[in-house]
Amino acid sequence: MSNLEKYNKIFMDCFSLTEADLNSNLKYQSIPAWDSVGHVGMIAELEDAFDIMFETEDIIDFNSYEKGKELLAKYGIEF
Amino acid sequence: MNRFSDLERFADRTALIASDGQQYSYKWLLEYGDAVAQQAAPRSLVFLIGSNTPQCIAGYVGFIRRGVVPVLINHTVSQEMIDQLVDAYKPEYVFHPNADGEYELSQLASSPNGESATALPLVASLPPSNQPCSSQLYPELGLILTTSGSTGSPKFVRLTYENLFSNAESIAEYLEIASDDRAITTLPMTYSYGLSIINSHLISGACIILTDAPIIGKDFWTLFKGQNPTTFGGVPFVYDMLKKLRFARMNCPSLKYITQAGGHLSAELVKEFEDVCKQKGIKFIVMYGQTEATARMAYMPWDKLEGRENSIGIAIPGGEFFLIDDNGAVIDQPDVPGELCYRGPNVSLGYATCREELAKGDDNGGVLHTGDVAKRDAEGFYYIVGRKKRFLKIFGNRVNLDEVQELLLKRGIEAACVGKDDAMKVYVVTGTDCNAVRQLLAELTHLNQSAFTVLNIDAIPRNDAGKILYSKLEN
Repeated sequence: MSNLEKYNKIFMDCFSLTEADLNSNLKYQSIPAWDSVGHVGMIAELEDAFDIMFETEDIIDFNSYEKGKELLAKYGIEF
Repeated sequence: MNRFSDLERFADRTALIASDGQQYSYKWLLEYGDAVAQQAAPRSLVFLIGSNTPQCIAGYVGFIRRGVVPVLINHTVSQEMIDQLVDAYKPEYVFHPNADGEYELSQLASSPNGESATALPLVASLPPSNQPCSSQLYPELGLILTTSGSTGSPKFVRLTYENLFSNAESIAEYLEIASDDRAITTLPMTYSYGLSIINSHLISGACIILTDAPIIGKDFWTLFKGQNPTTFGGVPFVYDMLKKLRFARMNCPSLKYITQAGGHLSAELVKEFEDVCKQKGIKFIVMYGQTEATARMAYMPWDKLEGRENSIGIAIPGGEFFLIDDNGAVIDQPDVPGELCYRGPNVSLGYATCREELAKGDDNGGVLHTGDVAKRDAEGFYYIVGRKKRFLKIFGNRVNLDEVQELLLKRGIEAACVGKDDAMKVYVVTGTDCNAVRQLLAELTHLNQSAFTVLNIDAIPRNDAGKILYSKLEN
């Protein structure tokens, strides 16, 4: 699975979304499932899948589907 | 006993800091709150649609000072649920944010004693047919809280002024709240734990930094860094988030102590925060309570926590615990489990499910049967070991399993709910779309879908009388 596929799968699984929902409109709190509870669950899944540990700043900066890709680049995850 | 009636002595001090950083003095708090409350008749009922904003807190204080009885309802509750609650409770007023986000008081019906207050705007979205209610409120009734923040249940807890202020005083005493303390909110003011932090700080002349921003977001931490809080409280999920945010590596020198309540935090996490807080010079205080006792019943003195990470501690000042066996006899020996009972001035009058029941007096007589099963060790510390009632704590919210089943049944879905805290298992008959039920549950309870696992089963197991056999579903 490519990094993008892994990333997308986590979003779809955590928030019960389809591929079509994954776009620049998908933001923290833009859907009920992505609240603080959903956020923590998703962060944990990403950390497991990519074997990384997010910095505090990055967890609170992670406010959209697109922003997440940018942040993951800091940890050497290229899309 | 109305400890909000002499807040004037703190007039020049800062009472509230809004999420934009603006400061509000106690003088402002009292002037704004009294002006709002003056529009309502004393001993009338007001639905307060609560948020962590200066206007809302000031209105709440004003109502308590004037003897107007507020029902605290979270602003996230749907209009449909509010309408149902209005039908059941017939409040004379609603204090709510308008389209511009400013709070205003609207009149729904004339007051019970016929006294007409200032002419106020009617709320278009609420039933204008709301009949004036003839039922008087019980004289000592001061405040009404909901038992469940999320399902819109009409089961409310009736509290007196003495309940409210004796609990606030007790909390201020054991936490040693000082007038230079600054608490930042992590919980809604409509939630008994969140409200207890506000009450105990106000009677101490301390300051509350108000925000509805979640602790996982940037807004919260920007405010935190700018305002230097000395304390906050958190339900177990807040501590999960703090762990995820690497609290251990955060620099927060302003913090003096942090509290935990609203459900059981695992002994491992308690130990972790105990150690981290020790390193940082922060007191970590584990507590226990229920809305039925206003908020707080127990706390663990921070310097006694080591080796007792699973304990809820001891009764708060002014209260006492005892355990009873299945026959109602008091258990004297240590380490024998029984139902945890609490006696104290903060034990509520009882429940209500409609307006007429707000006239009722004291059902509890100062003793609360908590529904939790606990044991006491030889040193007098209490440990929760089980639960008698069918409810779960989900992200700090009490969720009654039977109520959830009812909500689903109303929508034509037969279900049986079991599970553990933060993880409800919902069984539905084969053929029902599990994913759709999961989404519906999230909608109905306003809780994240990750709390629910929906499973198919051939038939819900029942006994001959039709009662669900939950023991056949567990595990």
